[in-house]
Amino acid sequence: MNRDDEVDTTNRENMLNTYVVYVENKPGVLTRVASLFRRRAFNIDSLTVGRTEKPEVSRMTITVDADRDQARRIEANLYKLVNVLLVENITNAPAIVRDLAMIKVAATHEARSHVLELASVFRARVVDVAPDSLTIEITGGEDKIDGLLEVLRPYGVLEMVRTGIVAMRRGKSSAPVSATNNTDHDVAEEDVSHSV
Amino acid sequence: MKDKTSTTAKSMTGASILWECLEREGVKTVFGYPGGAILPAYDALKGSKIHHILVRHEQGATHMADGYARASGQVGVAVATSGPGATNMVTGIATAMLDSSPIVCITGQVGSKLIGSDAFQETDITGVTLPITKHNYLVTHASEVARTIREAFYVARSGRPGPVLVDITKDAQQTTCDFDWEAAKPQLPGYRPDLSPERKEYEQALELIHNSKRPVILAGHGIIISGAMAEVREFAEKAGIPVALTLLGLGAFPASHPLNLGMMGMHGEAWVNHTIQEADLLLAFGMRFDDRVTGNLKTYASNAKKIHIEIDPAEINKNVKVDVPLVGDLREVLHELLPHVESIDRSEWLDSIDQLKGDAAVRDIQNLPDSGHLYAAHVINDLWHETRDGETVVVTDVGQHQMWEAQYYKHEKARSLITSGGLGTMGFALPAAIGAKVARPEAEVWVVVGDGGFQMTLCELATIVQEKLKVNIAIINNGFLGMVRQWQEFFYERNYAATPLLNPDFAKLGEAYGIRSMTVTERSQVVPSVQAARQHDGPVLINFRVEQEDTVYPMVAAGASLHEMIRRPSKIVETAADE
Repeated sequence: MNRDDEVDTTNRENMLNTYVVYVENKPGVLTRVASLFRRRAFNIDSLTVGRTEKPEVSRMTITVDADRDQARRIEANLYKLVNVLLVENITNAPAIVRDLAMIKVAATHEARSHVLELASVFRARVVDVAPDSLTIEITGGEDKIDGLLEVLRPYGVLEMVRTGIVAMRRGKSSAPVSATNNTDHDVAEEDVSHSV
Repeated sequence: MKDKTSTTAKSMTGASILWECLEREGVKTVFGYPGGAILPAYDALKGSKIHHILVRHEQGATHMADGYARASGQVGVAVATSGPGATNMVTGIATAMLDSSPIVCITGQVGSKLIGSDAFQETDITGVTLPITKHNYLVTHASEVARTIREAFYVARSGRPGPVLVDITKDAQQTTCDFDWEAAKPQLPGYRPDLSPERKEYEQALELIHNSKRPVILAGHGIIISGAMAEVREFAEKAGIPVALTLLGLGAFPASHPLNLGMMGMHGEAWVNHTIQEADLLLAFGMRFDDRVTGNLKTYASNAKKIHIEIDPAEINKNVKVDVPLVGDLREVLHELLPHVESIDRSEWLDSIDQLKGDAAVRDIQNLPDSGHLYAAHVINDLWHETRDGETVVVTDVGQHQMWEAQYYKHEKARSLITSGGLGTMGFALPAAIGAKVARPEAEVWVVVGDGGFQMTLCELATIVQEKLKVNIAIINNGFLGMVRQWQEFFYERNYAATPLLNPDFAKLGEAYGIRSMTVTERSQVVPSVQAARQHDGPVLINFRVEQEDTVYPMVAAGASLHEMIRRPSKIVETAADE
């Protein structure tokens, strides 16, 4: 891409853009979307796809590293795909963004209690216990998961999988859910410092 | 004659539905090649009014459909079987994609139960063509044929046109279902071809136009696709703005018009490129700032504001950052703008452009003493002189002859030049000319082709003869892959690796196909040979043996700034012994 010509640099700072893309639920549509990013040399950071409340519509959350002009062109190129119904760039919109990870950590008897403690600080759940490992499931923003991962690393991360993010615009004039409701991970996120 | 308004469903095979739908879409002719997986469709062809033209290679079928589309503005149709038949179409589909040409390609596919089994002649052609089609379909049931064909035609011709491929399994062709045209309406909830600009954007554009002292219109292919020739002319005349054209824009604005500057870009005239570099406003009309017209983007029109009228929003700010984008159909956008455009006297600007021309006319080969040698520029100039009064369509291939055609054939009308611009597909000219002749039988069709490109698709000479088509072929034969040789001359120290061609006797070859053929070696023979070709009833092939190491000037080297042109030498230097 020959973009060196621009004197104005304000549009050239790269950032992670988050798109919510509604597509027709038809065979091959995922390939079309993925192929577009490859074809135009845009780097996908993460892509998730799943069902929605309407059976004929699938929903994708795509994060891409791009500058502002590229971000606009990504949107325009997505719209050129005949099966794409709606594209929302929610990068700067109030939104709930979630990633889910499962982390298998080496945990022999002396380390076990430390790992359990860390998991509880991050409000993660232990979903599998084996003689020499624990598997922890955590849901939250990417920063939160990165934070947990960082503190678990010294114990030995044996295996890790992340779903990639899913995102949803907040409801109109919504308020954060009360801090007493511990099941809401958004609140948990505020409770825990993970600036590791 | 079938009742077109009938809404009653009747039972038909997928194959019969296919032809019925093509007829209802207005198709009169298809270009194709049969094979196993498309045989049910060919079997059903006998019940159809559609004329099938048998090509000699499926690439030819796609270029013919493309030439048909570009000559007429109607959707061209190509048909092939699965596997190799389908993959042979790839080059033609990519050509149509890059030049926004509306074609529909129908391919047979192995039975739906066999898909994924690596069956005989199975290729995942929807996968293969995904990035080079506007859209494509795999049809596995007869009941999907009608809607898919209707959608394919609608997608191909609407918005920014492009190729659509429809892959139909053998069982979908063979099985029977109820056919109901009315019920098979396109269902494309995500497809929005008709965008239009905001009011505010129109106002911003008008302000830039009225404040500009040195504006230039950059006229592209979009003018022809949109049918906006009259509007562009009215706009240019009313506002007093000169017009530079892209290769695919040639014909969109009359060559003889006083405001016409000519072609811009890599092989445009130097003063045209200088005009763009000195402009304070570019009005890009249906063009996409291809690297062949901008040169180095860092230095491209750096003092100019830019207004981009373009139907495809993904083209906005792709190569060149623009100040005001007007996304929509060019003709409709100009209709909105025209009443508000003020007449401004820009004679000072126009005079300064005249100054830029300098000694260009003196350097022009047409104004140099005739050395007796035959140059491609002579051939093109004389061909233009002989054919300019009629309704002539020139179809070129790719390379030096293509640039000389663009420089020396003065196109007055839209759709009088058909050429592969974006993809630069050698082998395009001969089959595309067949498509053009079929689309416009009353037009005089000339193929202008190099000796390299001609040999890529010359098998279609047989198609010309079999279909009794009056197509004239001018081979600009220099015994080299000329444009590649030119690059080797300029940038690779004259290391002519793999560019000299040992050719057959093209006149004998033409005669073998039953085509009247001749060889021309001197300038004095050009006009008589063109006249003889025009008077002859059937197709004619003329083998013009031109100067071997001639060079297209001016030239902007790839990556250089647009104003850094390699100019024509002041007099022609003979570089090789004459044949």
